[in-house]
Amino acid sequence: MILEAKDISFGYKKNANILENFQFTMENQERVGILAPSGWGKTTLCQILSGYTKPQEGRVLLNGQDIHKIKGYCPVQMIWQHPEKSVNPRLRMKEVIAEGDDIEERIIDQLGIERDWFNRFPGELSGGELQRFCMARALGKRTQFLIADEISTMLDLITQSQIWTFLLTEVKQRGIGLIAVTHSRSLMDHIATRQIILDDIDS
Amino acid sequence: MDDTLVTSPLQISKRKRLNQRSKTIIYLVLGLTFLLLIAVAGTLLSHAAITTNFMQKNLLPSLQYPFGTDWLGRDMLARTLRGLSISIVIGLFASFISAMIAAILGTAAATLGKTVDEVITWLVDLVMGIPHLLLLILISFALGKGTFGVIVAVAISHWPALTRVIRAEILQLKETNYVKIAGKMGRGKLEIAVKHMVPHVFPQFLVGLILLFPHAILHEAALTFLGFGLPPEQPGIGIILSESMRYLSLGMWWLAVFPGLALLITVLLFDLAGGSLRKLIDPYSAQD
Amino acid sequence: MTCLDHKHILQIDNLSVSFTQYERGLRQIDLKVIHNLNVSVHEGELVAVVGASGSGKSLLAHSILGILPPNCNASGNIIFDGELLDAARIRQLRGKEIVLVPQSVSYLDPLQKVGLQVRKGRNDKHIRRKQEELFSLYDLPEDTGGLYPFELSGGMTRRVLLSEAMMGNPRLIIADEPTPGLHLEAAQNAMSHFRQFADQGQGVLLITHDIDLALKVADRIAVFYAGTTVEEALVTDFQSIDTLRHPYTKALWRALPQNGFHPFPGNQPYVKDMPKGCPFGPRCHQFTPECEEDIPEHIIRCGTVRCIHAE
Repeated sequence: MILEAKDISFGYKKNANILENFQFTMENQERVGILAPSGWGKTTLCQILSGYTKPQEGRVLLNGQDIHKIKGYCPVQMIWQHPEKSVNPRLRMKEVIAEGDDIEERIIDQLGIERDWFNRFPGELSGGELQRFCMARALGKRTQFLIADEISTMLDLITQSQIWTFLLTEVKQRGIGLIAVTHSRSLMDHIATRQIILDDIDS
Repeated sequence: MDDTLVTSPLQISKRKRLNQRSKTIIYLVLGLTFLLLIAVAGTLLSHAAITTNFMQKNLLPSLQYPFGTDWLGRDMLARTLRGLSISIVIGLFASFISAMIAAILGTAAATLGKTVDEVITWLVDLVMGIPHLLLLILISFALGKGTFGVIVAVAISHWPALTRVIRAEILQLKETNYVKIAGKMGRGKLEIAVKHMVPHVFPQFLVGLILLFPHAILHEAALTFLGFGLPPEQPGIGIILSESMRYLSLGMWWLAVFPGLALLITVLLFDLAGGSLRKLIDPYSAQD
Repeated sequence: MTCLDHKHILQIDNLSVSFTQYERGLRQIDLKVIHNLNVSVHEGELVAVVGASGSGKSLLAHSILGILPPNCNASGNIIFDGELLDAARIRQLRGKEIVLVPQSVSYLDPLQKVGLQVRKGRNDKHIRRKQEELFSLYDLPEDTGGLYPFELSGGMTRRVLLSEAMMGNPRLIIADEPTPGLHLEAAQNAMSHFRQFADQGQGVLLITHDIDLALKVADRIAVFYAGTTVEEALVTDFQSIDTLRHPYTKALWRALPQNGFHPFPGNQPYVKDMPKGCPFGPRCHQFTPECEEDIPEHIIRCGTVRCIHAE
């Protein structure tokens, strides 16, 4: 399985592209770490690669198929930086998790999600607890690539190491390709098989 | 740590007040009771409201006639209640129809693509651009006045604001991460609408409906006051007020003050109830 | 509460912050977000409060500045320069002696030139001169004062916010996540101005989730867990796990990527299911029944710890 980005250009303003002719290819046994400063457009890149945003030019291909032409469940899933924005505040957690693609009990247990959280609303959970739900939801049976956009920046270190340790074993075991965007070099050294370091322009 | 350490106040003292939820319930209960009382009284008093008694005309408010009597000796309390109940029924119908139009057009504008959106937005701007009262008068006049004319006129002129709200809410929801994520999870449009959109938009719609109601009553009264609404046989509040105008200069202030006040209270009550309900439905306002 | 014989600038004793929230129906409950929190800043010190986002550590900053939302209740003692503060005194001091350097651009008015904002609308000669001095001190180009917030880069915004805070000749800076989204080297760079300020004999209280950063720039670290500070330790204590005191801090140390990235099971408790006594109790391998009672603060090796088993 291959995820490709071909000649991607994207900008919010005319003549001020944040991505210019961006090329990227990865296979599903790879774990790519992307280190970039804030304001570089990391989130935009993640959204383009996972098909949330259409680039002005270029295409994203999953196994040769345009990602925007995929109907139904998208095998490229993204986990967002802010878990509290990724869940509907009016739904109970069990409804949130039910949106995923047949999430295995095993994943829920390994993420340390406790059963009595299922009846809670998102406002009744901490950021770390919510992010676990978002991770479980993105790890449906048909997921082939996982894009993690600074998913642990807001969490305490122990939670960080918990979720990354889980995520690493999970993607290795299932052969899921992982793209991890981070601003922590030590974290990237720990998880990535390939590193992309984008220049720091902000000091 | 020393136990005798004095604790200093870290916050400016606050006065105790009712919490938002209790307040809303009080307003709603008051509003509904008021509504019910008027509706019941209005029906019971439909006869008394038009009974003339020339022995008792032009009386100041007294124990027997708390709102006084008019130049034909009709009991102003009965007339006010009757008038309000007519206004309320018309207001209910008109605001309900208006809200339905808003729900359909708002949803259509937000979901059916660019062209539909542009047409509906243009319509909203158009209706909002015409002076309200002028539009009301034109429609009511064209439909031959009367109850039907008033209801249609008020309904047709009041939907744009709520349409805008619903359209904006849905557009905003479509851009939220959780709705976009649901799409990537392969969830269908209908499922997303039922699960994510309706529970969010419906309370807004309900509040919009309640807030439309006082508006509709006021405009019904205004329309009738100007003579383009209800016929004189149906003593809506507008009719009572416009009739009393002629007698105000004779010093018969009670003919206008009490019906006017009653109208004001009804409108205010529903405005407050709607307003505090709106504050409540915000899922982030659990604090307060 | 350390062996340092420097003068205290700020001492917070037993701070608790709770806020009122609706339960089902009309019932309102008090959620205790911060309880029995102690932290102190001495002259010349940069103290970092490290904890997870959303765990209530921003409320700490807000209560020192008296800007808690109206549904909040705070109690405890805040002692600033030897003086016990109350709400009225906090109002007088904030913006002058105690200042906040906030997280982001959203604290600047987008419709006003930044020079005017930093001067808080005043235009006298000496205030203008002061602003220009500060801008040049923080390497902002001379014409920065005439720019609008959207014309600034992230780094410039941070320095403008810092200049604004410095206008009042503060004694204490409270920096609430001043370096969001920066990687370590850049964040360290951005923190150098705070370091300078502390080195002049003033105090900085840095509130952050980034323990890597705290280890690089702070003198002492207060470890924030489930609404309280479980340990205050010198930065040098973090060189080895043996000099740390609280089991949570030790777990934190092991979870550092450079120390093996070892995960530790369990979660920080949510405010509504706070355990009795020690908040770390249910996850702790040293747990004994006494841990469910009130845990007093101990002083061990020039640091404080709230654990009865610490040594």
